[in-house]
Amino acid sequence: MQPDSQQQSPATDWDRIAHTDAFKDLMAAKARFIVPAVLFFMVYYFALPVLVGYAPDLMRREVIGPVNIAYLFALSQFFMAWIVAGLYMRAASRFDDMAKKILDRGSK
Amino acid sequence: MSAPLTMFLVFIAITLGITMWASRQSSGASAFFAAGRRITGWQNGIAVAGDYMSAASFLGIAGIIAFQGYDGFMYSVGFLVAYLTVLLIVAEPLRNTGKYTMADVLAYRLSPRPVRAMAAISTLTVSTFYMIAQMVGAGTLVALLLKGSGITYNWAVTMVGILMVAYVVFGGMLATTWVQIVKAVLLMGGTFLLSILVIAHFHFSLGEFFDAVSHVTDGGKVVNFLTPGLRYKPPYGALDLISLGLALILGTAGLPHILVRFYTVPDAKTARVSVVWAMGIIGTFYIMTTFLGFGAATIVGKAYIAKNGGINMSAPLLARNLGGDMFFAFISSIAFATILAVVAGLTMSASTSFAHDVYENVIHHGKQQSHADCVLVARITAFVVGAVAITIAIVLGPTFNVAFLVGLAFAVAASANLPVIMLSIFWKRFTTEGAVWGLATGLIGSLALIVASPSIMGIDGPTVALAARHLIQAKPLFPLENPGIVSIPLGFIGAFIGTMMSRVDDNSEAKFTELEVRANTGLGSEQATAH
Repeated sequence: MQPDSQQQSPATDWDRIAHTDAFKDLMAAKARFIVPAVLFFMVYYFALPVLVGYAPDLMRREVIGPVNIAYLFALSQFFMAWIVAGLYMRAASRFDDMAKKILDRGSK
Repeated sequence: MSAPLTMFLVFIAITLGITMWASRQSSGASAFFAAGRRITGWQNGIAVAGDYMSAASFLGIAGIIAFQGYDGFMYSVGFLVAYLTVLLIVAEPLRNTGKYTMADVLAYRLSPRPVRAMAAISTLTVSTFYMIAQMVGAGTLVALLLKGSGITYNWAVTMVGILMVAYVVFGGMLATTWVQIVKAVLLMGGTFLLSILVIAHFHFSLGEFFDAVSHVTDGGKVVNFLTPGLRYKPPYGALDLISLGLALILGTAGLPHILVRFYTVPDAKTARVSVVWAMGIIGTFYIMTTFLGFGAATIVGKAYIAKNGGINMSAPLLARNLGGDMFFAFISSIAFATILAVVAGLTMSASTSFAHDVYENVIHHGKQQSHADCVLVARITAFVVGAVAITIAIVLGPTFNVAFLVGLAFAVAASANLPVIMLSIFWKRFTTEGAVWGLATGLIGSLALIVASPSIMGIDGPTVALAARHLIQAKPLFPLENPGIVSIPLGFIGAFIGTMMSRVDDNSEAKFTELEVRANTGLGSEQATAH
């Protein structure tokens, strides 16, 4: 194991990379995806306990036979999570390309 | 009954075989603590799923759904959606900036000794909470399964403890990872079979199944188990549900034994792929808890379960009802395997934290210690942690629902760990004092609220059995079972006030740029070891 003081190589010019347009573009692109994605899934998720707690009559309404809105909404959370994860994977491969370009330029 | 015993022994033999194989593979610290960072994406994904689907998921959630219907399913939903926090916010920066533990990320910018010491305390607390739940599950399970064979709850707990120490001491992270993979595959297979049997019981008709679920006989009355609110009742039920949701969503990204898994892969991209694999497996599993829990409620019945092993035994009893004694033994062995694997993972992360954070960086001021010394310290920690967990689980006894106990571990993780992880990644001004205060207020706040909650405090009538009595006989000081809604903001506020009260830390701010570049590009991150 190595101690903390050796974690970064002194030769790397972090500041210079941080000030390149390419790096700023990467950060902006990430924020454009991640911030709305996090807000969306948080709102979608917390809508469930909030509605279950404060609108119990609505959530008790049966839609398919005895299956009520509460159960269907809970079930939909699984698909919501998978879809958001899938969209992130697509976006992230774009971020990987951007990061790779920054690193290739940095090593020259 | 020798079938269950045989099955136990077969699984134990397989896992010990893996451990021996792994002990010949690993050499050096990176191999012991991070499996050489050579685990692939899908392997790590299955291992994350294995680490995560604990006794709480298989025994606990099935039990809560069987007893309290829909409200139990809220655990299933939260446990999966939580991985979006891990995927979108934590996994990649953590992999790129850390080495062996969660504290690496904090120590990157901040003064290493105080933050590592606090983070290690928090890691050990969360792991112990989590472990107690697993031990309680194992104890009840074995006591029920081997009834009459002389193996009691206490013996079962001790056995689990000894095995988990063996995996970690001899096999390290590589053995732990493979034990998780084997267990995850078994657990998925068993749960799938059991779900099919439940649907078959209702003549392969989901309509018939849900009809039964909406007409469960409970205490002489017909109750619709699909209706929310059977567990979380007014006046505080809604708040308790939101509080639980917060702890689940934010707690997963602060669980030390899940976070360490992202150091076993070669890079951030693989860490991301492994989260997605884990989400696929975990989500499928939690959807199936519908069949386990509601199946137990409709086919076995709450009254029978309560008399034969209690709430945590709903899934195994369902298996016995549908598939007979052999299937019961099979499902119980899987549950036991699940517990063993999770406990090994927890011990591993606790040992790593102690060796890397406390021994090397706090006691030896970050001076590099020999690989052999670090691994030795980790092995000794595994012994100590094992002994402590065995003792607490025996003292506590088999009363609490294990999903509920794990929910509390999530609350502690969400309150203490997540705020400081997020702030050290995203907040330039963050200081050492802020991290220490955040960890301390989150940890102490969540623990204090748990003690003051209705699960610990309450006045029992004279008819309540001794084992079921509240630990403190007084009116609860805090009305919610789940502390998250108060303790998570406390963690953030503690970190914020601690930071604002301290002077601007130039080193921390300068290193923030470095951390940002490294977290987002992977430049300078820990590499996989060569073959």
